[in-house]
Amino acid sequence: MIDSVLQNDKKITEEKLQELLHQMWLIRFFDEKVDEFFAKGLIHGTTHLCVGQEATAAGAIAVLEERDKITSTHRGHGHCIAKGADVKRMMAELFGRVTGYCKGKGGSMHIADLDKGNLGANGIVGGGIPIAVGAALTSQMKKLGYVTISFFGDGATNEGSFHEAINMASIWKLPVIFFCENNQYGMSGPVKEMVNIVNIADRAKSYGIPGVVVDGNDIFTVMKVTAEAVERARNGEGPTLIEAKTYRWKGHSKSDGKKYRTREEEMEWRTRRDPIARMEKVLIEEGILNEEQARSIEQRAKQDIEDAVKFAENSPMPSLDSLLEDVYA
Amino acid sequence: MREITYLEAVREAMQEEMRANPDVFLMGEDIGVYGGAFGVSRGMIEEFGPERIRNTPISEAAIAGAAVGAAMTGMRPIIELQFSDFITIAADQLINQAAKNRYMFGGKGKVPFVLRTPAGSGTGAAAQHSQSLEAWMAHIPGLKVVQPSTAYDAKGLLKAAIDDDNPVIFYEHKLCYRTKDHVPEGSYSIPLGKADIKREGTDVTIVATAIMVHKALQAAVELEKEGISVEIVDPRTIVPLDEETIVNSVKKTGRLVVVHEAVKRGGFGGEIASMIAESEAFDYLDAPIKRLGGLPIPIPYNPILEKAAIPQEEDIILAVKETLNRV
Ligand SMILES: Cc1ncc(C[n+]2csc(CCOP(=O)(O)OP(=O)(O)O)c2C)c(N)n1
Repeated sequence: MIDSVLQNDKKITEEKLQELLHQMWLIRFFDEKVDEFFAKGLIHGTTHLCVGQEATAAGAIAVLEERDKITSTHRGHGHCIAKGADVKRMMAELFGRVTGYCKGKGGSMHIADLDKGNLGANGIVGGGIPIAVGAALTSQMKKLGYVTISFFGDGATNEGSFHEAINMASIWKLPVIFFCENNQYGMSGPVKEMVNIVNIADRAKSYGIPGVVVDGNDIFTVMKVTAEAVERARNGEGPTLIEAKTYRWKGHSKSDGKKYRTREEEMEWRTRRDPIARMEKVLIEEGILNEEQARSIEQRAKQDIEDAVKFAENSPMPSLDSLLEDVYA
Repeated sequence: MREITYLEAVREAMQEEMRANPDVFLMGEDIGVYGGAFGVSRGMIEEFGPERIRNTPISEAAIAGAAVGAAMTGMRPIIELQFSDFITIAADQLINQAAKNRYMFGGKGKVPFVLRTPAGSGTGAAAQHSQSLEAWMAHIPGLKVVQPSTAYDAKGLLKAAIDDDNPVIFYEHKLCYRTKDHVPEGSYSIPLGKADIKREGTDVTIVATAIMVHKALQAAVELEKEGISVEIVDPRTIVPLDEETIVNSVKKTGRLVVVHEAVKRGGFGGEIASMIAESEAFDYLDAPIKRLGGLPIPIPYNPILEKAAIPQEEDIILAVKETLNRV
């Protein structure tokens, strides 16, 4: 698989693969740190962690160019990091500080980084999907050539917005990719009980577009499949629905007893299907990394998150004057 | 100056803006060869083509959402919903996304689009196609809400709305579509947040919106016969609201009647009345403020009932006389 990735896409160099491993660690450590601070009451509100889902965000966005765009979800830290956000400013946002991406007004669910093509996380399940279609429409009308990936969960595919948006994108052949991270649950609802089909990708049939199922914990497959969808989109052939089967290790959000699933199931995904361990193993086997380099990449990511925390802690709170600012442009 | 209808004025504003700026385009159901549910965009596809007069599937959430995404990435969409009642289907994109993006993203980006939509009763379309939900939209920080009553205002306000960098809900009253007015050819724009005094008077101020402006004007003619001089203020946009013009008018007349078509309970008239109560104009009031609005019922189908559901000229005349103790 890795060979085909390297062959398919000359831009994916060995260096880039090492960088991607670093990025996956960043995502993991970021969310584990958030989890810890949340438990200690140092971060308020709510957060949705994507630990265990690192390969979908990192893999799909890896094949994009900087000008390409994404829309994200309530579980969006990974997408945000993969699209090039600075973890310092992300952490500062979660701490509600003025140095955060949204000056402390948005929090976890609303981080946007328009300069980097991240059109925003979204607190509304399914809310970002039509927005991605609009961004793709701009690309088509202005002949800008960029593509947009819309990320959403399995649960979101039961929202009307998903169906309306995908149909519209299909009839207009818009350069957009619908990327479903099927982590098996929408809050406590198992996907098996919420849809009467085995693969969500099959929903693509009703809209006349390709639907592809991919192992979402294998970054190489994610990259390959997404690269193909990106090419289709850039060639004016329209959207693709990708369903990546994955798993969130943590609960849905805070105070989730995870009563809806078994310990065995969790352990299976954590030990045998960990996307980071899997990638690392392949890179070592392929001679792209040695064990020592792998540990140093991990350490560097850990340090980056420590630095982000320091930055956030040392950042000022927003002034009350800012309360009324930014409602209207 | 030539006279054209309100409907033609709306179309002309769109045509002029689309000619001037390639980023402006129109998107909605049946807006192509059909010309839209009320014929507002008739003929536009011939000039601008299907790429910019973009017929959509029947998907209000996707239309509004695509407008948000397109606006965030550099376009200036105008979207048409066939009836303003369908704002409920597009509500997430309007209320949770468009209105809040900029604030929750810490002042980054902007969402410049206009949602045009026919509102109001009087056509026999009954409860699901006749509502006036503008107070709902006015309640949402981040949206702007426009309610033109005349063709002249419709053209100028729509141009300002298209040029505005925020999401604007542009309510077109169905019964205004056929009304005619002197409308200049060529470009002019009416700033959002500037009320218009539709008639000057000295005894009572009537603040009226949309079709109620016309009813108030008729009422004023009748009242004048009895020696009562009515001033009519049309806010034209309720967000932003031109408080100053309303306050000054009430200071001049000492009496206020507010009239709108939407259900009185929770309607925007209460907002105007409270604004006066909190303002310096309160000390000038010579009578309690009168507030007229729709009854708290869905709009009925039968024409007699339909008419009775919302304020009419007689109700306005009566309300004015009550404030003058001349009943
Ligand atoms: C419209 C809407 N309905 C419900 C919620 C509450 N909610 C937040 S996340 C979530 C589960 C979403 O599941 P899925 O789309 O599969 O994403 P996942 O959380 O699994 O990543 C729910 C029900 C919401 N935020 N928005």
